[in-house]
Amino acid sequence: MKQILVVDDSAVIRKIARRILDSMRFSTTEANDGREALDACGTTMPDGILLDWNMPVMDGYEFLQQLRRMPGGSKPKVVFCTTENDVSQIARAMHAGADEYIMKPFDRQIVRSKFEEIGLI
Amino acid sequence: MNAFDELARLLGERIGMAIDPRRRASIEARLAGLMADCGYSDSEEFVRRLRSGLDPALMNRTVDAMVTCETLFFRDRAPFEAMRGVVLPKLKETRRDFRNLRIWSAACATGQEPYSIAMVIDDMARDFAGWRVDIVASDISQSALAAARAGVYSQFEVQRGLPTAMLLRYFRKDAAGWRVAEHLQAAIDFRHVNLVSEFGALGCFDVVLCRNVLMYMDVERRRDILRRISAQLAPDGYLMLGATETIVGLTDDFVAAPGFAGLFTHRPQKRGTMRLVANS
Repeated sequence: MKQILVVDDSAVIRKIARRILDSMRFSTTEANDGREALDACGTTMPDGILLDWNMPVMDGYEFLQQLRRMPGGSKPKVVFCTTENDVSQIARAMHAGADEYIMKPFDRQIVRSKFEEIGLI
Repeated sequence: MNAFDELARLLGERIGMAIDPRRRASIEARLAGLMADCGYSDSEEFVRRLRSGLDPALMNRTVDAMVTCETLFFRDRAPFEAMRGVVLPKLKETRRDFRNLRIWSAACATGQEPYSIAMVIDDMARDFAGWRVDIVASDISQSALAAARAGVYSQFEVQRGLPTAMLLRYFRKDAAGWRVAEHLQAAIDFRHVNLVSEFGALGCFDVVLCRNVLMYMDVERRRDILRRISAQLAPDGYLMLGATETIVGLTDDFVAAPGFAGLFTHRPQKRGTMRLVANS
């Protein structure tokens, strides 16, 4: 069973994501911000990460840069999630090492579609 | 015969639509909405007006309301992997002297399929430098075609099937939504085509995509359309149907290509029987 780390400071979004991922038979773990997510990745590197962009303590951009420098940090497929759909921000995230992008709110169909594109399904 | 049965018969005659009895409630709801929009309260009068042929605009609205235009970019993925990995490389080899390729998206709905094809070809631009590549995209629904021609998609639509790298490369964001690149729009010739009617004037094709449309038609219509597509498909061309669609019991003209569900080539002994049709 593949493991997905959900990184978001919103408990509601984490709950929705977990429900979707559980229904798709993924094992789901959660982190409240980028710092917690880095600690989680240091313990067990997940197969995929659903990553919020704007978070306190450490944002998605900073997390992604540090993740990709960690041993094994190139392994997880990263889908970043944001309420923004500004082209420059999407491009910045892709340039930082994200594999795909989803705009919130997302549903099961969109998550499935993106996970298929990047080979998590 | 009540108004619903009469409408079902009319749609069968005009566009080949076979209404599954299980969808009756859904069709009746659409019919009620359409009649209200068009100012009709009597369903028999509405259907009589349709059948009279005196009101083509009303028929167009009815078709728009009844057909399914559900689609997404790179739908099912496999056909586009087949196109990139097998179909286009093979045709590039066999057409190298003519440098001409014709592709038909026969039921393009709101355009995601032909734009996906155009993106694949643009992505292979180096392979097809100096080639003439015609992409013809057709649909029965005028409103779907208008949306396809406009090439503007919502956030929801671009998130379904379209890789973000492609989104950034081929779309720009404006107040209306995500607008497809002009050079992709210019690469596609959108046409209003009723597959039940003659489509020989479109000419011959090297690839025909007729995905997820025959499934809404009765067996005789499917046979007839596949027979006519076969006549217009190059002897070494490719037919793509929906992943769950079959040709079994419908035609002997094609055989499944190995490795990709929904990909077909002409049966070898049928390759010499192609009707000669001039390119338009």
